This record gives sequence, C-alpha cells and structure tokens, in this order.
Amino acid sequence: MKAEGWGRFPRIDGQLVSGWDEMAVLRRIAAGGSMIACGARRSYGDASLNPAGMLSMVPMDRLLDFDPATGLLLCEAGVTLADILDVFVPRGWFPAVTPGTRFVTVGGAVAADVHGKNHHRDGGFGAHLAFCDVMLADGRVIRCSPDRDPDLFAATLGGMGLTGVILRASLRLRPIETAWIREDIFRSSGLDETLDLFGRLHDRSYSVAWIDAFATGARIGRAVVMTGDHAGLDELPAELRQAPLARTVRRLPAVPPGCPSWLLNRASVRAFNEAYHRLARPRRRLSALDSFFHPLDAVPAWNRLYGRRGFLQYQCVLPRTAAAAGLRRLLAETAGSGWPSFLAMLKPLGEQGMGLMSFPMEGYTLALDFPAAEPVFPLLRRLDAIVDDHGGRLYLAKDARMDAGMLRRGYPAVDRFQEIRAAYGSCGRFGSLQSRRLDL
Amino acid sequence: MTPRKSVLILGATSDIARATARRHGARGDALILAGRDSHRLADEAADLRLRFGVPVEIRLLDVLEPDSFAAFVDGLPVLPDVVICAVGLLGDQTAAERTPVLADRIIRSNFTGPAAVLALVADAMAARGAGVVVGISSVAGDRGRAANYVYGSAKAGFTAYLSGLGGRMAQHGVRVVTVRPGFVRTRMTEGLRLPPLLTATPDEVARAILRAEAGGRADIYVRPIWRFIMAVIRSLPDSLFRRISS
Ligand SMILES: Cc1cc2nc3c(=O)[nH]c(=O)nc-3n(C[C@H](O)[C@H](O)[C@H](O)COP(=O)(O)OP(=O)(O)OC[C@H]3O[C@@H](n4cnc5c(N)ncnc54)[C@H](O)[C@@H]3O)c2cc1C
Ligand SMILES: NC(=O)c1ccc[n+]([C@@H]2O[C@H](COP(=O)([O-])OP(=O)(O)OC[C@H]3O[C@@H](n4cnc5c(N)ncnc54)[C@H](OP(=O)(O)O)[C@@H]3O)[C@@H](O)[C@H]2O)c1
Repeated sequence: MKAEGWGRFPRIDGQLVSGWDEMAVLRRIAAGGSMIACGARRSYGDASLNPAGMLSMVPMDRLLDFDPATGLLLCEAGVTLADILDVFVPRGWFPAVTPGTRFVTVGGAVAADVHGKNHHRDGGFGAHLAFCDVMLADGRVIRCSPDRDPDLFAATLGGMGLTGVILRASLRLRPIETAWIREDIFRSSGLDETLDLFGRLHDRSYSVAWIDAFATGARIGRAVVMTGDHAGLDELPAELRQAPLARTVRRLPAVPPGCPSWLLNRASVRAFNEAYHRLARPRRRLSALDSFFHPLDAVPAWNRLYGRRGFLQYQCVLPRTAAAAGLRRLLAETAGSGWPSFLAMLKPLGEQGMGLMSFPMEGYTLALDFPAAEPVFPLLRRLDAIVDDHGGRLYLAKDARMDAGMLRRGYPAVDRFQEIRAAYGSCGRFGSLQSRRLDL
Repeated sequence: MTPRKSVLILGATSDIARATARRHGARGDALILAGRDSHRLADEAADLRLRFGVPVEIRLLDVLEPDSFAAFVDGLPVLPDVVICAVGLLGDQTAAERTPVLADRIIRSNFTGPAAVLALVADAMAARGAGVVVGISSVAGDRGRAANYVYGSAKAGFTAYLSGLGGRMAQHGVRVVTVRPGFVRTRMTEGLRLPPLLTATPDEVARAILRAEAGGRADIYVRPIWRFIMAVIRSLPDSLFRRISS
C-alpha cells in the first residue's frame, strides 16, 4: 500500500491496517513489530509513515460525550476538527485551538500538540485537554493527564505517536455567540514594522501574517498582518443576526491528480505575492470562521499543485529576542536562493506548555513552502544553520529531512522524552521513518 | 425536533450499518441499534445522539440464538418503520470446508438467523399494514465460487428468502429490498485486495440503501456495473467460470 504525507514527499510502500475500534488496535499492537499510528495525514513529511506497519485511526471517529457545563468533549482519536465544527458550531461551541486546516484528527492534533493563531494567548492544543487515553505496547490503556501519569501525558503531547496509540481525548470547546470573526487587516512595509504590529496587537485573540517571500532589501519581511476576535451577536448586521451560528463554507473544485508542477513557477508566484501585498487594503471586516481559520481548505487536494515530486514545508520557531535578526537572515537567504517560497506565514507563539517535544516556544514561527527538488535541500541546510545560530528549532509535523543533531540542539527535553518512552515500553515498538532518521 | 421515522438496524456495529445510521440520523430519524457488543453499541449510540440530537436506543441481539428472537421483537420500544439487516460473517472458507460447525456458523450468521428475525419484524409490520425491510446480501450469492462458497451459498439463501418474503408481504403494504453492495472497504474485507472501480465506500452503500427505502427496485446493486457483471457471470459455462474465478 502506497503512503505519503501531505507534502507527498517521501512516498513509501507499507502495510496499513485500520483501527476500527479498540479491539482492532489491540490486535494490531499484539501482532508485534514496529508501527506508527496515523490520522488524516495532514502532517507534511514522514512522521506518520512506517514501511513496517501503520495503523489508521481514522475509522475511530465517534463522539462520546459532551458536557455543556464545562465545554468538555470526549471523543475518539479519529474524529476530525471538521466533524467537531459541523456538530458544535451550530450549537455555539468552537475548539479552543485549531490549526490552519480543519481536516486533522484529534489524535494527530494531540500527537503534534498543534498550535493555532491564538497560541500567544491560549497555548497549544494540549493546554485544553482534560486527559487522553493511550494504548501502550503491552496493550494497557492509560488515561493520562497533567495529574495522572503526567510523564506519559507530557511525552504523548507533541510526541508524534512515539509513546503509543492515542484512542480518545477529552478536549475543551469554548463558547461562541456567532460563526463570524471580527478581522482587522494591516499592511507593513518591512520586518521591524511587522514585528512591531504583532507586539502592539498582542491582545487580539488570533493573529498571523502572510509574508512576501520575494521581498529583498528594506522590504524584507513586509507583510499583511491579520488579527481576529470572535464577533459577538451585537456586532452582526441585522441580516446575519437571524442565524448567527450558520457557517459559510466555500468549496472550490479540487486540484486534479495529474496537475503539472510548472504551474507554480517563479514568475507566477512572484506576481501573486506582489498582487497580494498590494491588494490587501487595511480594513476591518467580518470574516466567516472557515475562511478566517482554514482558507486553504476551500481548495481540495491543493497539495497536488506541486506536481508528482511533492513539496517540503520548512517551519521553524525562533525565540523572541533573536527573532528579528534570525528572521531577516532566513528571509534574505530564501529570497536570494532562486527558490523563494510560494507561501510564507509568520505567527507569534507563546510558551511551550507541558509537551516535552512540543514545537512552540515564546517567539515567532515562520513557515515556508518549497518544491521537493534536489537544489532545495542544500538551501534548507543553510536555513538550518541560521535556525541553530539563533536558538530555534523545526516543527516535527512538517519535517521530512532534518538530521538528528538539529533535533537534539533544538529540543533539550529529548533525553527525558526517551527515558519516559523507555519506561513505558514504547521504544522499538512505536516508530516512524522520522523517528528513525532522528535516532529516537 | 420530532423524529421523522423510526429505523431499526440489526448488526449496528458493522461499518455499512454505521454509515447508514449516520445518514438516517442526519435526516432526523429515531434509531434502534441492535447487535451483540453492548460496549460498541453504546459508543455508536452516543455518537449518533451527539451528532444529530436524535433518540437512539440499544437492543442486544445475537442471530445465532433463534430462541431469543420473539422476545427481541416484543421488546422493541416501537415497531419501526424501517428495519435494515447488516449482520454478516465472511468466515474462513478453508476452515469451514473441514469443520462442519464452522460452515454451519457461517450459514446461520448470514442466512437462517437474519432471515428469521426479519420475518418476525415483517409479520408485525404486515399486521400494521406498512413497513420497509432491507436485507444486505451479496453478489457472492449470485454464483458459488470455490474461494467463498459457504458464505456465498448462505447469501444465496438469504437473497432467495428476501425475494420470497417480499412476494408474501406485497399485499400487506410491506416492501422488502435486497441490497448487493459489491465490494466494500470495511472490517470484513480488511487486508483483501479489492479492485478500486468495483469497490464502494460504506457511505455509498448507505446512500443506496436510503434511496431504495424510498422506492424503486426491490433488488439493488450499489454500483450498477455489478448487475451487468453478475448477469455475465451467471451465464458463463461452468468450465469457463471455474477457470476465471479461481
Ligand atoms: C494546510 C495545513 C495547515 C496546517 N496548519 C497548521 C497550524 O496552523 N498549526 C499546526 O500546529 N499544524 C498545522 N498543520 C499540521 C497539522 O496540524 C499536523 O500535522 C497534525 O498533526 C495533522 O494531524 P493528522 O490527523 O493529519 O495526523 P497525521 O498527519 O496522520 O499524523 C501526524 C502525527 O500524529 C501521530 N498520530 C496521529 N494520530 C495518532 C493517534 N491516534 N495516536 C498516536 N499518534 C497519532 C502520527 O504518528 C504522526 O506522528 C497544518 C497542516 C496543513 C496540511
Ligand atoms: N464488505 C463487503 O465487501 C461486503 C460485500 C457484500 C456484502 N457485505 C455484507 O454487508 C453486511 C455488513 O458487512 P460489513 O462489510 O459492514 O462488515 P462488518 O463490519 O464485519 O459487519 C458485520 C456485522 O455483523 C455482525 N454480526 C456477525 N455475527 C453476528 C451475530 N451472530 N449476531 C449479531 N450480529 C452479528 C457484526 O457484529 P460484531 O461487531 O459484534 O462483530 C457486525 O456488526 C454483511 O451482511 C456483509 O455480508 C459486505
């Protein structure tokens, strides 16, 4: 069975079985050997790939319990955020944290401790979990939380499936009055102004910036900064107030399977970036939840745009104090490389939280997209050196290529993580191509 | 919301049944889930209640225990508008060839058990004068193959039974529908190599079931190409059929 992540690189052949229910998961684990759980395969690289054995948790997609008094939803790991939005937005609830696509599973969101545009204020996905149930290599199921088996919890959160199989999680939803976001759009002419804007807008619930990766010189880091807050009922115009929680979900035609990679060439992408920056009029507007949080979801299978060879997303975080200098070097290196990124996003992040291998740290995260072409790899090694120099690290959910040294330098808790995995019997049993590459 | 219809699903933990229950739930129908695994039934029920806000009840049913059927039907919270049977067991053909109790189990799970329960529900519906009975059979019952003829013969029996039951029920206002899904990617077919063009998703089967409940043919193939394929296969001479089906 062929398998690939969202970046379609690498692509492997391997055994995939389905976790229909807890018994099926137990049977797969009892069969032995090395294996990795996978969700909706929205991670870009090789974190969910293992030629020796993969277990799809997508069929375990039952909602089990919801308590409106606390906002706690208990559900199985294969439930997607799209499911949760479908069911709960009309009732006035929204996930405490959502990544840039709603098509991730809860298991994948826990395993990567995903962050949203509100990380600087609210922390990551893990900060809003009451507990999660993990099946270990010996078939035991442990309900872990910040209070019960906290070691296992801290290693599972952001642990990329390497402690065991997440079966269920209890996560907190937040009440909303409407399915609309009050969005403010700002434009900046360079990096300092961009960072300055983020600083001034720190109290906004959600913030993110689209960066023009083609800009050079004084314009490096010029951006369109977007912030948002949930709109209250009284902010809606009368015509929307009738059905304040009704969603507007746009869906464009899917990108077809054979889409050629030359569509995304330097000229078209540069023109797009130029136009995007120019056309972004600073203003306030009401945005529909789905287009604010998950704009790319409107184009099904957009990952085919890069053609057969696939693509890489390079996402790093730099600590706040080193961010300005580091980001400038990263953007200059990229713009001058001949492989400027199609999409470049910048977000402020808050503290790491409990997850030992969680990606966030107080600072800024930059995400860049590149085709998986030979000459791109040396460029990314140069970016690695800059990230290292500035005390940053790379996001495992996007990674398909960093080396073990880079991981160790960026993630100081890696030894503790390995100790906990060993204590729970996870080493050698739960592993991926990524963990093998990273000596985990 | 007042429920539109009441739907009883036998073998409600099956993947095809789950998809069908969700389609019914989305329409606001009340559901009764029957099966033998009370834990999984409870999870399915919780999921349907949360997703759709519809009433869902659970009943235990093992089709290998025919003595329990009358009590099962009597104990239903209401006589449903629609009953759907998704119970089935592929079993291990080779083992069944050597061990008669295993063959017997496959036949009772796919044929005599489901047939007997459905007949009881159908009779109650006939007394009321309205109802729809849906049985999930299989193309494997259209012609016996060396690879799975124990299962196939049980499905053949089930298909014939449903067709006869439909004939008897027609004058009582009860429709009986036979569904042949073709190949479906589910727990039952885990690990088997299935041809993509002939393989449906559980939700595709669910949609076909809901369409068939509303009217139209009494025997449906989920992907229409199967009707043609099976017509050809049934007409092949034995010698040729054996060569291509082995
Ligand atoms: C368009 C787009 C935008 C994105 N935006 C963001 C963003 O803003 N912020 C962010 O943080 N991420 C973002 N991501 C990344 C994505 O949120 C993560 O990769 C997430 O982990 C994907 O979840 P999944 O269900 O697809 O898991 P997969 O990709 O299938 O798996 C990811 C990891 O989780 C593990 N895993 C999955 N399920 C289980 C389980 N049940 N038990 C144990 N381990 C499991 C896998 O082993 C693997 O290591 C984005 C991705 C895309 C495609
Ligand atoms: N998948 C295919 O390709 C395919 C093709 C043609 C026809 N079908 C038919 O479609 C129907 C649904 O199958 P599926 O693919 O969804 O597979 P499935 O998930 O394996 O469903 C089989 C169901 O039958 C139940 N069952 C088995 N023995 C039982 C018993 N003694 N008493 C009560 N329930 C019993 C199972 O319950 P438990 O959960 O408790 O085991 C399960 O719910 C079956 O009739 C099958 O023959 C399937």
